Amino acid sequence: MRGFLLLAFSLVTTAHAEFCSPDSQNAFKVRLSIKTALGDNAYAWDASEEYLFKAMVAFAMRRYSSQKTTQISNVLLCNVTDRVSFWFVVTDSSKNATTVPRGEVEAAIRMTRNRINNAFLLNDKTMQFLKISSTLPPPTESSVPIWLVVFGVVLCLIVAGILFLIVSGIQQRKKKNKEPAETKNLEEKCEVTVTIENGMPCDTLNLKTGQINGGYEADDERFTPL
Amino acid sequence: MEKSRPLWDNPLQFVFACISYAVGLGNVWRFPYLCQMYGGGVASVVVSFFLSMYYNVINAWAFWYLFHSFQNPLPWAACPLNSNHTGYIEECEKASSTQYFWYRKTLNISPSIEENGSIQWEQAMCLILAWLTVYLCILRGTESTGKVVYLTASLPYLVLIIYLIKALTLHGAVNGLVYMFTPKLEQLANPKAWINAATQIFFSLGLGFGSLIAFASYNEPNNNCEKHAIIVSLINSTTSVFASIVTFSIYGFKATFNYENCLNKAMLLLTNAFDLEEGFLTADNLNHMKEQLMATHPNEYVELLPQIKNCSLEAELDTAVQGTGLAFIVYSEAIKNMEVSQLYSVLYFFMLLMLGIGSMLGNTAAILTPLTDSKFLSTHLPKEVISGIVCFINCIVGLTFTMEAGNYWFDIFNDYAATLSLLLIVLVEIIAVCYVYGLRRFEKDLHLMIGHKLSWYWKIMWAFASPLLIISLFIFYITDYILTGTLQYQAWDATQGHLVTKDYPSYALAVIGLLVASSTMCIPLGALAIFIKRRLKREHRSTVA
Repeated sequence: MRGFLLLAFSLVTTAHAEFCSPDSQNAFKVRLSIKTALGDNAYAWDASEEYLFKAMVAFAMRRYSSQKTTQISNVLLCNVTDRVSFWFVVTDSSKNATTVPRGEVEAAIRMTRNRINNAFLLNDKTMQFLKISSTLPPPTESSVPIWLVVFGVVLCLIVAGILFLIVSGIQQRKKKNKEPAETKNLEEKCEVTVTIENGMPCDTLNLKTGQINGGYEADDERFTPL
Repeated sequence: MEKSRPLWDNPLQFVFACISYAVGLGNVWRFPYLCQMYGGGVASVVVSFFLSMYYNVINAWAFWYLFHSFQNPLPWAACPLNSNHTGYIEECEKASSTQYFWYRKTLNISPSIEENGSIQWEQAMCLILAWLTVYLCILRGTESTGKVVYLTASLPYLVLIIYLIKALTLHGAVNGLVYMFTPKLEQLANPKAWINAATQIFFSLGLGFGSLIAFASYNEPNNNCEKHAIIVSLINSTTSVFASIVTFSIYGFKATFNYENCLNKAMLLLTNAFDLEEGFLTADNLNHMKEQLMATHPNEYVELLPQIKNCSLEAELDTAVQGTGLAFIVYSEAIKNMEVSQLYSVLYFFMLLMLGIGSMLGNTAAILTPLTDSKFLSTHLPKEVISGIVCFINCIVGLTFTMEAGNYWFDIFNDYAATLSLLLIVLVEIIAVCYVYGLRRFEKDLHLMIGHKLSWYWKIMWAFASPLLIISLFIFYITDYILTGTLQYQAWDATQGHLVTKDYPSYALAVIGLLVASSTMCIPLGALAIFIKRRLKREHRSTVA
């Protein structure tokens, strides 16, 4: 009896070693960066965590193909390092002494990746299944690009400014053309008193009145001929 | 009665205009307004025209980045995903996300200057907006320009102060400052360093540009130009030092960030390869551990060797920054790593815009002043229409810089449109004022304007020091052109994710030659034309008499 048990045990361990070893067929390497993800709240990686991992993989296999009944004992872990990294493989209990093909395991893990990550409080970067590519989250894009909105606002403001200046310029010119008599008087008087006193020709005074806001028309009377 | 010239509202506006103009993006071209008397009036307009054609593209880029700063996260902060969402776009992985945003999203640059590609409509729209902004500012002449320069001159200082406070608190800023202030004694012995310094100051003040002269022509005759000259020069130089402190703090931050990233990558690589415990490798023991690993696992270590880059803070600080594109890349890279990056991004690109528009105002003033002064045009067309036509033509020509190969043509204009011709124009200008017009006459004019006698310092500078300096710079540039042989340019290689050097094709060389020739030849040709005209007039007079 004892002999039989010993034989069975040795068979299991050799089988274990046969199936699960670095770079063996259908085996995957997993790498965890717990300290990077959790900092001070990092938990230690021990046998209980390994049990949870086996349970999650079994769960993933069950979710993927409902006919298979994968047990925790089907998931074999080996070569656990301080990193924390290890290899795992899923054996197939229905077919004797074989492992589940790589593609199936990969598809199963990808389907439930989010649940597996959350069980360990990690994400795709800190819980890496080497050679299983992860789907990156799509970037958030709004329907109208934001820059167009800002561009539109600025464009409207500037065009409004240009139109305002052009229109007010035209209005000023119309005003100037309507008052030729008054300016002629100014010019005659200015020819006498042009530079000596203040160095500014009277025309700039005229310009300055043009700058004043139309609402203050009354101020024009300040600049009566000298 | 002749309509008098519009004036600045007060002397402060003139000073601000000069500061706004001088404190630009470091590009300045000269305008031989004085030389118009002795030929070369066309030369100045030609040079200023070239300048305004391509310079506004920088403002278009500033607008583009400004509009994109209103997003969270910033679009250049992370690489976009590839089509099946399994990883990042390859070009972005090889280069960095900021470089990808600049070369692909902003410029959509083609692999070489020969492949022209199509006009990028986003860039074209930004360029049109930039020209509309410039038109708005110069529409009414000094009336509107005078008000705008208050903003364009003071706002950059405000932003620089905010950035100074932020930059000095950044992690690693001290490294940049130490780097800036430690003189590299072997570089001081290199004449090229001195020549570059002289060139920078020379160009930075926008001295030979007709812009300053154009601005000054709107001054009252009794304006104290001596005081203003000193003020503007001092302000420009102190601004440069001030801006360098900010810039080097940001370089230090970026260099330290990249250095620490590099170290972390190396540590991760080793930790994963040898399955070491997390946190076992630190920045301090990395080198020691590397040696240990090499001793214990030589085979695997040798395999890893090509992937482990040697991280060096000095090397990161030494990555020289030059050119307009790099200014966008480096700053956006630094900004994306700050907290509240959107705010800093908006501030920075708004400041860049103010600086660019301030310089553009000067350039367009240089073109418009002779045009509006000429009797022929000002009688037929109002000021607004002339400005509009100039802006429109520049905008249409500027659309070539929005094509896929546009940035290569931009670099051509940036490097060759004005450097040589500018030096020649300035040289002619200073010789004309000092020797042809006569230093004594000039001295008397100034005495009339400013009220006191000119000190001997100015006279010596104008008569001897400046011409010598300009001639030596001129000779240096010519020898440099001759020695470098065929001209080359940096092209962006999308497959490798970095710049490669290529030779210019023959038609690009022809354009370069045309650019340099058209501005330099104008002066002697113009002088010849006026000389012939005077000769004919004299003969006509003698025959009549």
